[in-house]
Amino acid sequence: MDYSTLLQILDSTLRLATPLLLASLSGLFSERSGIFDIGLEGKMLAAAMASGAVAFLSGSVWLGLLAGIGASLVFAAIHGVASITFRGNQLISGVALNFLAAGMTVLVAQRLFSQGGRTPPISGEARFNPVTLPFAEALRDVPILGPLYYEVISGHSLLVYAAIALVPLSWWVLNRTRFGLRLRAVGENPAAVDTAGVSVVGLRFAAVAITGVLCGLAGAYMATALQAGFGKDMTAGRGYIALAALIFAKWRPVAVLWACLLFGFFQALALRPDVVEAVIQVKVPVPFLDALPYLLTVLVLAGFVGKAIPPRAGGEPYVKER
Amino acid sequence: MDRLPRWADVALVPLVSLILAGIIAALVLLSIGQSPVEAFRVMVDGALGSAYGWGYTLYYTTSFIFTGLAVTIAFHAGLFNIGGEGQAQLGGLGVALVALSLDWPHWTLALTAATVGAAVFGAVWAGIPAYLQAKRGSHIVITTIMFNYIAAALLVYLLVDVLRPAGQMDPASPRFPEGAKLPALNDIPVINLIFQKAVPANVTLFIALAMAVVVWAILWRTRLGYQIRAFGKSEPAARYAGINPVFIIMVSMLLSGGLAGMMSINNVMGEAERLLQNSSEGAGFIGIAVALMGRNHPIGVVLAALLFGFLYQGGAELGLWTSIPIEMRIVVQGLVILFTGALDVMVRMLLTRAFGLLRSQKLGAA
Repeated sequence: MDYSTLLQILDSTLRLATPLLLASLSGLFSERSGIFDIGLEGKMLAAAMASGAVAFLSGSVWLGLLAGIGASLVFAAIHGVASITFRGNQLISGVALNFLAAGMTVLVAQRLFSQGGRTPPISGEARFNPVTLPFAEALRDVPILGPLYYEVISGHSLLVYAAIALVPLSWWVLNRTRFGLRLRAVGENPAAVDTAGVSVVGLRFAAVAITGVLCGLAGAYMATALQAGFGKDMTAGRGYIALAALIFAKWRPVAVLWACLLFGFFQALALRPDVVEAVIQVKVPVPFLDALPYLLTVLVLAGFVGKAIPPRAGGEPYVKER
Repeated sequence: MDRLPRWADVALVPLVSLILAGIIAALVLLSIGQSPVEAFRVMVDGALGSAYGWGYTLYYTTSFIFTGLAVTIAFHAGLFNIGGEGQAQLGGLGVALVALSLDWPHWTLALTAATVGAAVFGAVWAGIPAYLQAKRGSHIVITTIMFNYIAAALLVYLLVDVLRPAGQMDPASPRFPEGAKLPALNDIPVINLIFQKAVPANVTLFIALAMAVVVWAILWRTRLGYQIRAFGKSEPAARYAGINPVFIIMVSMLLSGGLAGMMSINNVMGEAERLLQNSSEGAGFIGIAVALMGRNHPIGVVLAALLFGFLYQGGAELGLWTSIPIEMRIVVQGLVILFTGALDVMVRMLLTRAFGLLRSQKLGAA
């Protein structure tokens, strides 16, 4: 494999890792507060449809982004009401919302555009277009690092850089702010937080809302940056891969970045089976590459690659004064 | 008193949940500019209005009974098996391998062997997550989700690179031999007086109903069933009573996976007569809705499976005769899971309050 092929693969790694990263970070907030969320997939899908549709209708990607966040927040709110207010089963609520999103997105897109549940292709101002970072052109001819900077690091949409910036930000919020400390505490021992006079319900709703916003970004990225418009079931299980990445990373923000880059790398490889074959001299079936993130997550869960311990109060509704 | 009478708990809670889901579904239809009344009429007409429609409705019902029972038995052990979809697909692989293995002399032999194949493959696919849960504490919900995707990838690989006959374009196994052809309802004497046109519903329906009885008997009439239910209600109490948690997790998940796998005799052997990609078409997930709607009781599961059979066939008719997309049935499925599963407490609160009001009025009148 030559250098330029490697750069191409790393470039698509970054592009494909971004929705995983955004969704994974979004799940991080919810799960650290004790609310399991297997509805990342549905929220992404809803956001992708809303942002694709609004970006097409208004011609502005920013309005599309807002609409995506809005749609994702609606689903997050339902999840919050079901699992926090009514203390329902968080897993079942997530499953329900995934189905609801899978159906509703097609229904709405079909109603608006009558194109078989797609939104029309968008372009120009209605999309997040590649940003060329400063000096990318000028440094292009510097050996090795120049092409790396030009091909891999520069030339992505704004949301890619935003997603990466969100990693240290999430770390800082969770580990260095009062809100973050409380959020983590409420996921480990809600009774203690309650005793300290801090609202468990309020904190958990805040966490679920953050999840909604970040998942909205992930979905909007799918429809307005990675692809040009929404298509039926376009997230194709990315919400679950993001969940897998979150577990793989043991619910820690910086590790989430590496996990998502790794899973994005697998997805990039699955697009180039010829390269894989050339490098390891064995024909690897594409489905095997597709399944790798899931296989790795199972291994992590089984404790063969370190132990993944979820937040202690995760999945359990909090009942005051039991 | 803020408890519901037993009849209300058994019948009224699911009914109210269903009505709420129905109201939201109607609102969804209105919001996309369709008439809910007209949609319902098309669904009833297409799914229940003729023997032909019933033939499809019962075909879906058969699959959903299996997957609903699968989720039910795991639920009773306190385990949420989201992996029915993957287990059903592996079950399909078991069916295909058995059906293709020899030239079956009679369908009864083929059916028996295929049922065992389906159950074993499904059970193994549920058994790995069960083992990881029991021995290594990996969360079964996450592992079964992962196993759904691994199953899908495995089947794509097998269908494209291994099972596909040379020269065939679409990724599918060869056709099953004639001897492995199951009689459809229109092939069975007496019943064919009702079903005169060829329908996909087949003898598997009776196996599904028999399994509902078997699951009921296991859960409520055997020591094992008692242990499963005790474990599901309280793990520490069950442990204290000498129930082996590893054994219960393993057995209940193996049964669950076996049932989900058996679904494939209905669609793979009874209908498609070859193994296709994504053979289970989401029926594994519908099992969740069916189990929740059926309150985790085999009778409820059979009724809920019939309801979902109606929804599925009716939904397909909507796709054919109206401009409502077929995805409407996924919306309804999501709503039913939401109201019967996640918002269960809300429905109960509403009903308890309503009953409380009734009681206080009676007291006031007296």
